[in-house]
Amino acid sequence: MHDLIIIGAGPAGMTAAVYAARKRLDLLIIGKDVGGQTAWSPEVDNYLGYRYISGMELVEKFEDHLKSFDIKHEYRDVGQLLKTDDGFSVITSDGKEYEARAVIVASGKTPRMLGVPGEREYIGRGVAYCAVCDAPLFERLDVAVVGGGNSGLDTAGQLIRIANKVYIIEFSEALKADEVLIQRVEQAGNTEIILGAEVKEIAGEKMVSGVVLEDRGTRETRRIPVGGVFVAVGSDPSVAFISGLVALNDRNEIEVDCACRTKVPGLFAAGDVTSVPGKQIIIAAGQGAQAALSAYDYLVRNRKLG
Amino acid sequence: MAEHIVTVYYSTTCPHCVSTKKYLDEKGIVYTGHDVAADKEKRKEMVEKSGQMGVPVIVIDGRIIIGFDAAEIEAALGM
Repeated sequence: MHDLIIIGAGPAGMTAAVYAARKRLDLLIIGKDVGGQTAWSPEVDNYLGYRYISGMELVEKFEDHLKSFDIKHEYRDVGQLLKTDDGFSVITSDGKEYEARAVIVASGKTPRMLGVPGEREYIGRGVAYCAVCDAPLFERLDVAVVGGGNSGLDTAGQLIRIANKVYIIEFSEALKADEVLIQRVEQAGNTEIILGAEVKEIAGEKMVSGVVLEDRGTRETRRIPVGGVFVAVGSDPSVAFISGLVALNDRNEIEVDCACRTKVPGLFAAGDVTSVPGKQIIIAAGQGAQAALSAYDYLVRNRKLG
Repeated sequence: MAEHIVTVYYSTTCPHCVSTKKYLDEKGIVYTGHDVAADKEKRKEMVEKSGQMGVPVIVIDGRIIIGFDAAEIEAALGM
């Protein structure tokens, strides 16, 4: 049995790990996506101490810091979190079980899917959710970006220089992103912005070959030939494995107090998965530290430490 | 211990690819890496082998693993 299991290896989880390691807790991190959403960011300029650093480079710095503590890390996804008599049981999606006296949930958020026919079938065969990861593979193809918010326009911005033509498809009647991003896509010579359109289907043969749109006003449909579809319509907290153990708010986030405690003793949460309004790397890191301190406090006060 | 033939198709801008390579290095597993963003021939090869264009693709003794999956990698290596 470990003192503490941290679920999630993003900035919240990794900061919690550093704090817990420095308290000499018997610690395990479980998580496959090292760096979490940070690794997907092309550029970060608001993490204190680092100007204009790429997400991947920032994550590398986090990892280097962790290396100095020799922390056990299982590169797996968590399938279930259960309460036991002595603490908690964490079961990975491939069935391995780990136990701990306390748990910090720092599982972040997962990109939302469109939920249209063809989407799931073509993941990896033209449908993508991360431009930083996959944009280079769509060189000189026509691509569609679904989502006219910051995430969508950020994605489109990366594709403009790589793809042949970039369609930006937005559900509402206006792009909802920061002015700088809107200007960038409007001024590029190879973009077409389609507003008030709903994606009905993603089609293709072996790979994606087109996307079918419906104009929400006229109800006319249009098929655009594209070799790639990037989905950027927001994200949801990654909480499927918690199933009822702890209360979620109406956005499916884990409710925490200012000390990152949930209503379940011994269970803490940090980062984007929580009810904290600001979803930012540095806020997640701060919460990771707080959650680890709260977990340590809990273990000491309940005489669960040897 | 039997020798395994491990190949990793990756791109330099893919965080999962970095995690995969770090994980293999940590476990002391020797592999051949191909940067599919730079090498069009290897990109074609990866798409043909895996039927898709997502990275990373890890091939262990002919077994195709799409995405960074420690459990599958360990199973393929008999760990």
